[in-house]
Amino acid sequence: MDYLLTEEQMMLRDLCREVAEEKIMPVAAEYDEKEEFPWEIVKTLAQSDLCGVYIPEEYGGMGGGILELCILVEELSRGCAGIALSVAGTALGTDPILLYGNEDQKKKYLPDIASGKKLAAYAITEPAAGSDVSSMQTTATKDGDYYVLNGTKHFITNGGDAETYTVIAMTDKKKGSRGASAFIVEKGTPGFTFGKKEHKLGIRASSTRELIFEDCRISKENLLGKEGQGFMIAMKTFDMSRPGIGAQALGIAQGAFDAALKYSNEREQFGKPISSFQGIQFMLADMATQIEAARALIYATARQIDAGAKEISKESSMAKMFASDVAMSVTVDAIQIFGGYGYIKEYPVEKYMRDAKITQIYEGTNQIQRSIIALNLIKELKKK
Amino acid sequence: MNIIVCIKQVPDTTQVKIDPVTNTLIRDGVESIVNPFDAYAVEEAVRLKERYGGKVLALTMGPPQAEAVLREAIGLGCDEGILVSDRAFAGSDTLATGYTLAAAIRKIKIFDIILCGKQASDGDTAQVGPGIATQLDIPQITYVKKIEKIEDNKLIAHRMIEEGFEMIETSLPCLLTVVKEINEPRLPSLKGKMKAKKIEIPAWKAIDLDIDEVQLGLTGSPTWVSKIFTPPPRPKGEIFEGAAEESVNKLVEVLKDRLK
Repeated sequence: MDYLLTEEQMMLRDLCREVAEEKIMPVAAEYDEKEEFPWEIVKTLAQSDLCGVYIPEEYGGMGGGILELCILVEELSRGCAGIALSVAGTALGTDPILLYGNEDQKKKYLPDIASGKKLAAYAITEPAAGSDVSSMQTTATKDGDYYVLNGTKHFITNGGDAETYTVIAMTDKKKGSRGASAFIVEKGTPGFTFGKKEHKLGIRASSTRELIFEDCRISKENLLGKEGQGFMIAMKTFDMSRPGIGAQALGIAQGAFDAALKYSNEREQFGKPISSFQGIQFMLADMATQIEAARALIYATARQIDAGAKEISKESSMAKMFASDVAMSVTVDAIQIFGGYGYIKEYPVEKYMRDAKITQIYEGTNQIQRSIIALNLIKELKKK
Repeated sequence: MNIIVCIKQVPDTTQVKIDPVTNTLIRDGVESIVNPFDAYAVEEAVRLKERYGGKVLALTMGPPQAEAVLREAIGLGCDEGILVSDRAFAGSDTLATGYTLAAAIRKIKIFDIILCGKQASDGDTAQVGPGIATQLDIPQITYVKKIEKIEDNKLIAHRMIEEGFEMIETSLPCLLTVVKEINEPRLPSLKGKMKAKKIEIPAWKAIDLDIDEVQLGLTGSPTWVSKIFTPPPRPKGEIFEGAAEESVNKLVEVLKDRLK
């Protein structure tokens, strides 16, 4: 389908595809097996100007928006969703700075992220605060010109490997969700260390780690927005980043589908390629249609955000939820088409399935996405 | 530092057809790419620019569509490109090509280093690089696998030979041809690709150059191709096992037999 991309967007897509096919696909299985952080690929992405596609030109980026980020994440995820997460997770950590950072903060942090010199991460989840973000325990206590952070964040993407962290912590527990604030914390700040590294089912080339804050003093200049805005910053960030998760899921689905389609044409049984059998054909047709529908929804949502729309929660959640559900079903079917070979690690499709699962879980489970969609529907109805 | 990198557009296959009359390559209908060896020259030129500053100019001679390789080189980090293209250049052999490119380089005037791939994947002659250096009367180092340093108008390079390498110092300006061991070429950058899309590439014709027309194209090409064929593959070697003396005797017998 033609999405009427601009010449620059097509150039971006083609370049990302080249990187995915030449640099990522050949090593994806190895990084997955070793659970190693893909620094070599990050270097390639930086050299090709792909780390800052969504960052304004004045801060060293390419000046693109959510659509450009989605194109990047989709194409890289076709190669490996875990490797793509090095940039996608960085974008998530950078979004709060883009949205609420003041000029000094933007000037200080964005250029190094845009050039790929530094990666970023976003820290909100805690052992006891998953979907229920407001139950977080990490505190930031004001002490003169400083805030003192205490607590533990976990499941943090790019944890340990990123240099710049956006952290949500409670500045006033009594106020509940209105008592949270957002901070920028740099790696190497005394009192900020890394804990357990998780071993995961999928996206194994991405690091997922615990962040530990023990009397970690940071300057009040590192506060993003105003005190008490933390929860709102977190939610606005998710509104902006969810299409990116959708794009990651879309890339996974497309990668698995491409492999399955090719295989179905090569694999012969009963003297014919299995793609000549209706049972397989119907699966291929459904997979391709679902993928195209997910892409249309993601691109439309991204364009709406880039055009400056204010109310984007519903569409953003729809894009993430639909695409990740598609990724799960498409990757399962891709394995089915590969038959016994699909279950074996020598072939690429089992990895796509393992990678797909997380997209239904993180940045809000798909159950939470459905709640957001429904609450927005009810809100819209009441407004009428 | 001003660097010129000479590149060539070649057919993307080793299975090309030969014109039975002129014994030259038929290029129509075959997808074209940057000569793989030249990609290393482009990468090295861009690395030298990153190391020492300056700018890189990509130069190619060929039909109008050869402009595509210049845009590719700009996407990879070259600053500008010049296409040398004229019907008068058609059928040039390595002598005429070297002569024409040298004339273009004289017109460019300012340069410190000229980089070329060690040879082109279609003709495999490895003569054009040295030809340019000879025409320009500047020093050349062929088969370079490392540029050690450039200092005080001097360059030190490692030249690959069958067993090891030679370390050679030369004054600038000079011409180097590079081997694939020298680096690993990068992928293009987004900024580079955008620049490549927009940039205007001048096309120089024969009349733009200070040259003798008799030395151009087919007329200026003394090379006469009598036949083109795929050489038979080298037969497998034979290994004689056993004690040294016994093996040597066996070898001598076999050699005597062959000479008969």
